[in-house]
Amino acid sequence: MLRVSSNPVLDTVVKLVTTAVLMFAFVFVVMVPLYDVLCDALGINGKTSGQAYTAVQAGVDESRTITIQFVATNNEGMPWEFGPSVTRMLVHPGASNDTVFHARNPLPRPMVAQAIPSVSPSRAAAYFHKTECFCFNQQPLDGETATEMPLQFIVDRDLPADIKTITLSYTMFDVTDMVGGAVAAR
Amino acid sequence: MGAHHHGPAKGLSRWLFTTNHKDIGTMYLWFSFAMFILGGAFAMIIRAELFQPGMQLVEPAFFNQMTTLHGLVMVFGAIMPSFVGLANWMIPMMIGAPDMALPRMNNWSFWILPPAFLILASTLFMEGGAPNFGWTFYAPLSTTYAPPSVTYFIFSIHVLGLSSIMGSINIIATVMNMRAPGMTYMKMPLFVWTWLITAFLLVAVMPVLAGAVTMMLMDIHFGTSFFSAAGGGDPVLFQHIFWFFGHPEVYIIILPAFGVVSQIIPAFSRKPLFGYDSMVYATASIAFLSFVVWAHHMYTVGMPVAGELFFMYATMLIAVPTGVKVFNWVTTMWRGAMTFETPMLFCMGFLVLFTIGGFTGLMLSIAPADFQYHDSYFVVAHFHYVMVAGAVFSMSAAVYYWLPKWCGRMYNETMGKTHFWISFIGFNITFFPQHFVGLAGMPRRIPDYALQFADFNMLSSIGAFIYGASQILFLYNVIATIVAGKPTSDEKTWDGAEGLEWTVATPAPYHTFETPPQVK
Ligand code: HEM
Ligand SMILES: [Cu+2]
Repeated sequence: MLRVSSNPVLDTVVKLVTTAVLMFAFVFVVMVPLYDVLCDALGINGKTSGQAYTAVQAGVDESRTITIQFVATNNEGMPWEFGPSVTRMLVHPGASNDTVFHARNPLPRPMVAQAIPSVSPSRAAAYFHKTECFCFNQQPLDGETATEMPLQFIVDRDLPADIKTITLSYTMFDVTDMVGGAVAAR
Repeated sequence: MGAHHHGPAKGLSRWLFTTNHKDIGTMYLWFSFAMFILGGAFAMIIRAELFQPGMQLVEPAFFNQMTTLHGLVMVFGAIMPSFVGLANWMIPMMIGAPDMALPRMNNWSFWILPPAFLILASTLFMEGGAPNFGWTFYAPLSTTYAPPSVTYFIFSIHVLGLSSIMGSINIIATVMNMRAPGMTYMKMPLFVWTWLITAFLLVAVMPVLAGAVTMMLMDIHFGTSFFSAAGGGDPVLFQHIFWFFGHPEVYIIILPAFGVVSQIIPAFSRKPLFGYDSMVYATASIAFLSFVVWAHHMYTVGMPVAGELFFMYATMLIAVPTGVKVFNWVTTMWRGAMTFETPMLFCMGFLVLFTIGGFTGLMLSIAPADFQYHDSYFVVAHFHYVMVAGAVFSMSAAVYYWLPKWCGRMYNETMGKTHFWISFIGFNITFFPQHFVGLAGMPRRIPDYALQFADFNMLSSIGAFIYGASQILFLYNVIATIVAGKPTSDEKTWDGAEGLEWTVATPAPYHTFETPPQVK
């Protein structure tokens, strides 16, 4: 076995301290990124991709109709009025669909918000592609103004046959005070 | 033995600057007992509040602080340091070493502990109160919604984690390098084996815990978003990191207890331990498996079915090596010339009650069933059967077993047996009914409950007071032994006991094995 010191006790200590330091680093450089990668790849937790999807095949599967439900929630303390323009859409897999969510900042001061999506059943998350979404970026809004926020998505043709309804839920967070605004969008 | 002995220094500096493994072991043991009393006091407040439905004694906010501190103090302050203390006292004597490999670090790893717990306890008096988010400190409860004292909590976790890591490095360095000639690995007493493996677990997962609290610190103070969905993080990630530490942690707590029981049962059965080799391999496999089962604490977070299945089967697999151990202990007793002195009684209590806890663990491991059990009193009953009747009972057994060797005086056997029986009965009255209220739907960590749970809760509280009182008897017995117990100078206190620690004088001299013994 590798020897780092001719003093056997010191040798053991150096190896163990190294192990401990590596395990500490492991949390930051392996566990966190790995978790994000796995969630993205497998759609665990109903997480959808944080990047815009570039449509590959255009073929629309007219034989199936999927119900998409939209849900909007404000996180605790978030005063915005926030909701979907339609709560239900019927779509075909492969087709590109558009809708908008509306938001209004009722306070007299400018605010910044971030919407965090979640898809249910979580198995469907990997098949729910957003080509454009207000959740990719933070949403600044002046005081007492309203806005419409676009969402464009495609349901994958490979969506498992037993999934007939997909619920897309957004939670709106107030991130006005978040330091640096370094926010990874989802 | 060496010609010139240095006895202990006089006064307070003996304890402050000591590098002697026996002194440090003693300090660890007393410290952990003090924490046991403190954590016990918190538990008494919890049980007093739950004596009857409705809000009786304390505010809900304070109740939450009690459940949190009770868990933290018991796990990190009472159980873990008590076994480190036992390791300090016994490992050098069991492997024929004069002291631990790193005596100065040993002093440090003890002395940073009391300040860490002082800080933790002082949060009770801070603005906003002590941590109130449960001993598992799930984000965002422990980040976004935490009281300001959380920063002190994080600091104390860092310090006690450091203490554990230093302690385990010391144990590994001692066991790997300081064994007497002829003491091969497969001749080591099982207590040494289980501690060696435990120490490796600690070195591997304490840094993970440190990482988790560091991320909390950064989320709270430096604007990162590891656990905050608003910034692209995920609270579920916290649970993965915590339980990646947390499940090995429960084995960190129980493996040394397995070691103790494996020393004591053969002594009072007057037979060698059955299946020594398989005990070693079982311990190692339990330790290994403990890294791949963490998500059985998180069945309800919305994992994919494949994940649920994986963690379910992996968890069930742990029952196999655990079963091997229980089988070996029982077989050791089979046709042995058994006697039932206090240490043996505690080990028998351990065996019966730990096995019950193992079975409820198996019930919990069934993912679909766990949706009902999760976060209910059933889980509370489960882990108290394994942690109290497992770790704490075995610790009581260890104290009675080795106390005569430590102080050269015999404890009062009648009082010891009384302590056992009151503990055993009190424990079961406390925790057995919690299985039923849990199955019937009583959630854990609540200060008030629905009326139909009233009778069982009152019973639980009565049992808890009995169990608590029996520990005072224990304290009294130990102090009475040290001060005025019947002197004994028999090298072997117990005629069936085996091992190097029984070859040195009684009471164990300040320095032992300055010339290494020859092990055949
Ligand atoms: C056969 C062995 C075991 C199995 C299969 C097992 C299984 C489980 C499962 C599935 C849970 C999660 C229950 C839930 O939250 O819904 C659990 C909780 C727990 N177990 Fe075990 N367990 C075993 C042994 C042990 C041992 C030996 C200890 C400690 C000495 C332990 C300590 C705990 C603790 C502390 C919790 C609760 C943690 C919390 O949420 O606060 N278990 N166990
Ligand atoms: Cu576990």
